[in-house]
Amino acid sequence: MSTTTTGLSSARRRKKTRLYLVLGGLGCLALATLLMLAAFRDNIVFFFGPSEVVEGKVATGQTFRLGGLVKDGSVDRPGAADEGAVWFTVTDNAQDVRVRFAGLLPDLFREGQGVVALGALNDEGVFLADEVLARHDETYMPPEAVEAMKRAGTWKHTEEGAAEGGAGGAGYAPAAQ
Amino acid sequence: MIAELGHFALTLAAALALIQATVPMVGAARRDHAMMAVAAPAAIVQFLVLGLSFAALMHAYVTSDFSVKNVVLNSHSLKPMLYKISGTWGNHEGSLLLWVAVLALFGALVALFGRNLPPTLKARTLGVQALITLGFLAFMLLTSNPFERVFPPPLEGNDLNPLLQDPGLAFHPPMLYVGYVGLSIAFSFACAALIEGKVDAAWARWVRPWTLLAWIFLTAGIALGSWWAYYELGWGGFWYWDPVENASFMPWLAATALLHSAIVVEKRDTLKSWTILLAIIAFGLSLIGTFLVRSGVLTSVHAFAVDPDRGIFILLLLVLAIGGSLALYAWRAPGLKGGGLFRPVSREGALVMNNLLLSTAAATVFVGTLYPLFLEVVTGEKISVGPPYFNITFVPIMAVLVAALGVGAMLPWKRGDLPAVTRKLTAATIFTAGATAVAILFWTGESALAYAGLAFSFWLGAATMVHLWQRARPTKRVSVADGFRRMRDLPRAVWGMTLAHLGVAVLIFGATGASVMTKETIAAGVPGDSFTVGDYRFTLDRVEQVPGPNYRAERGTFRVYDAESGDFIADLASERRRYVASGQETTEAGIATDLGGDLYAVLGQPADDGGWSVRLYRKPLVPWLWIGSTLLVIGGFLSLSDRRLRVGAPTRSGAQEAPGADAPAGAAPEPAE
Repeated sequence: MSTTTTGLSSARRRKKTRLYLVLGGLGCLALATLLMLAAFRDNIVFFFGPSEVVEGKVATGQTFRLGGLVKDGSVDRPGAADEGAVWFTVTDNAQDVRVRFAGLLPDLFREGQGVVALGALNDEGVFLADEVLARHDETYMPPEAVEAMKRAGTWKHTEEGAAEGGAGGAGYAPAAQ
Repeated sequence: MIAELGHFALTLAAALALIQATVPMVGAARRDHAMMAVAAPAAIVQFLVLGLSFAALMHAYVTSDFSVKNVVLNSHSLKPMLYKISGTWGNHEGSLLLWVAVLALFGALVALFGRNLPPTLKARTLGVQALITLGFLAFMLLTSNPFERVFPPPLEGNDLNPLLQDPGLAFHPPMLYVGYVGLSIAFSFACAALIEGKVDAAWARWVRPWTLLAWIFLTAGIALGSWWAYYELGWGGFWYWDPVENASFMPWLAATALLHSAIVVEKRDTLKSWTILLAIIAFGLSLIGTFLVRSGVLTSVHAFAVDPDRGIFILLLLVLAIGGSLALYAWRAPGLKGGGLFRPVSREGALVMNNLLLSTAAATVFVGTLYPLFLEVVTGEKISVGPPYFNITFVPIMAVLVAALGVGAMLPWKRGDLPAVTRKLTAATIFTAGATAVAILFWTGESALAYAGLAFSFWLGAATMVHLWQRARPTKRVSVADGFRRMRDLPRAVWGMTLAHLGVAVLIFGATGASVMTKETIAAGVPGDSFTVGDYRFTLDRVEQVPGPNYRAERGTFRVYDAESGDFIADLASERRRYVASGQETTEAGIATDLGGDLYAVLGQPADDGGWSVRLYRKPLVPWLWIGSTLLVIGGFLSLSDRRLRVGAPTRSGAQEAPGADAPAGAAPEPAE
């Protein structure tokens, strides 16, 4: 197997090579850890329901995900007057949060149904959404919407079976701003 | 009747898999040739039986047999024929059936083309392959029978999710599956080699074509998926770092690393233990990908499996396959002897760096994808990790990889001379600087990131061409004309590598344009209104109602002009479709494309003031994404067609000379046909 003339130097070189490999591996590991920690610090997004938002658990300007139901009759589209933005209310059946989204809503966005939005609160307590996710399937509820109502205590146990089963499978269509 | 036949075939296949997984294994241990000989015919029959089962399901879809539950849930008699056929695998059960059918196909291919494999290795490889098949067949038969009947049969089906009705998506899953499942062969070979306790250059030469084949399809599948997301979803992006995308991207990264490390095993008889581990990891990541997508633990477009039992079953399969193979690795790998020596600055060293960086990239993607799941299981906290995480971790690692690739590919085996190689790359460096300067003048006012992305792509392209020229004209003694002649005669593997590396350069070019250089406008207006996007003016011309085969649509037509000169450039038609059967809505983007990039328009919802919301983009260089992906695939096929790597694989006696000898590519003795 050996390509060198003496066994000793071969063994030593093999050791040296292995040392370089280990050092290279450790270097990459350190690089990856550093990058991941740096990225995690700024890019982990927490989830809150409308009740928690109203209680003031979220600071103004902090990016988070808001989940709940789109309140019936709450969708306004002022049109060109407001740069084509859409306004709607996200509710957990206890508290409401008003949302402004300047973008195209996903195809399955409906009043009375589950929704998840990514964004931050402004000074007036309006949630400015950068992204809105709605279900990709007619029959399921986003797990975040269920979670929001559970946290608010408005989740009806009878709905549990149907929605829990569906939670994982519900697909989302993100609509980024 | 045909559905029952399909179900019966599935059961028969499970019985066959049980035989194929046990008899040859015992035979290999006892050196019993009769028992080992069971493997090949069993693998071939297994494929035929599963093919029959798949054909039976497809028949139910094509004839719209609504007495089969799966067809009722996922098809509709009005659907165009292409989507009736693709509906076969556009659902949980059908896609699993496709998965096992491909698994069996690869087993059959090894049985057919692996005539030169040592009998014990072949028997064990097919045995491991059958074990995987058995696991998935058990999963199907116990939790996901595609042939379940309903009584009374309804008159009409529920329709396939309209988003999935797209030619790109019709072929995306089968491609991806051939890729995912193709990695099973590398895995089976690795496990078989561990059981044998022997890994040599010949082993690497048998494994590499299979890995390459899987990699080609994985690449094509991912590219098609990206194409679909870009053109069909109408969100204007080509990559979202969606967990499901990551699920296919992680095995791709591992497979890419494996392709490169297998070269080192083949040529230099070293890095064996690592290569075996990579083969296990690559297929393990495929299985994890399947678990993520199929179990419904993720919330995403693709997750149409919604049964917790299924999730637990797949998780169990996952633990058995990955845990079992890693245990086998821990037990047997220390016995593998290392071979050729090398200095850190050498081709081997460069390939090790490639492997380290690709693995690191795969690890960061893995952590970003699974950490939220992990945290939710452990603490119940719901978090999400968005695209910025992946951009911050993945992009710098790739930047180092691309910068090093230009140099590393030029290094000779065993021991390299870095200053000498750097001198050879002077031309590439000058070209990079020049091209970047031109790009800065041509695309004024872009971000530094955009110019950096373009520079990296120029560098990789130039360095790859220099390398090719170096292979054709190694010294000044060869005349330039001779150099061109010799270039034609270079082995296909060299051309394959060149095209693949160029493909990466082109991909970076396209990705830079499609992400950081994109201009976007979101607005609202009535027909007649104009919107400015970068150097273009979009005018909403009209909005009208149009009927489709199984939907009704609102179509918005945009006229695009040059913002400065006012010249007419293109008409874009975007549609919002409502499907009759399911009531679902989808958006079709209007796109005009040329090599400079895409103009992209989406008609949104009507507003209260009678206007419409619209979303308009100028996305430079997008077509280069698809061109780059195509180059990768062509490069893969070229390399696969190299004499040396034909799927037939060489005999072991022929390969014994390879270790240590830096044989020129293509000169290996006795390639099997």
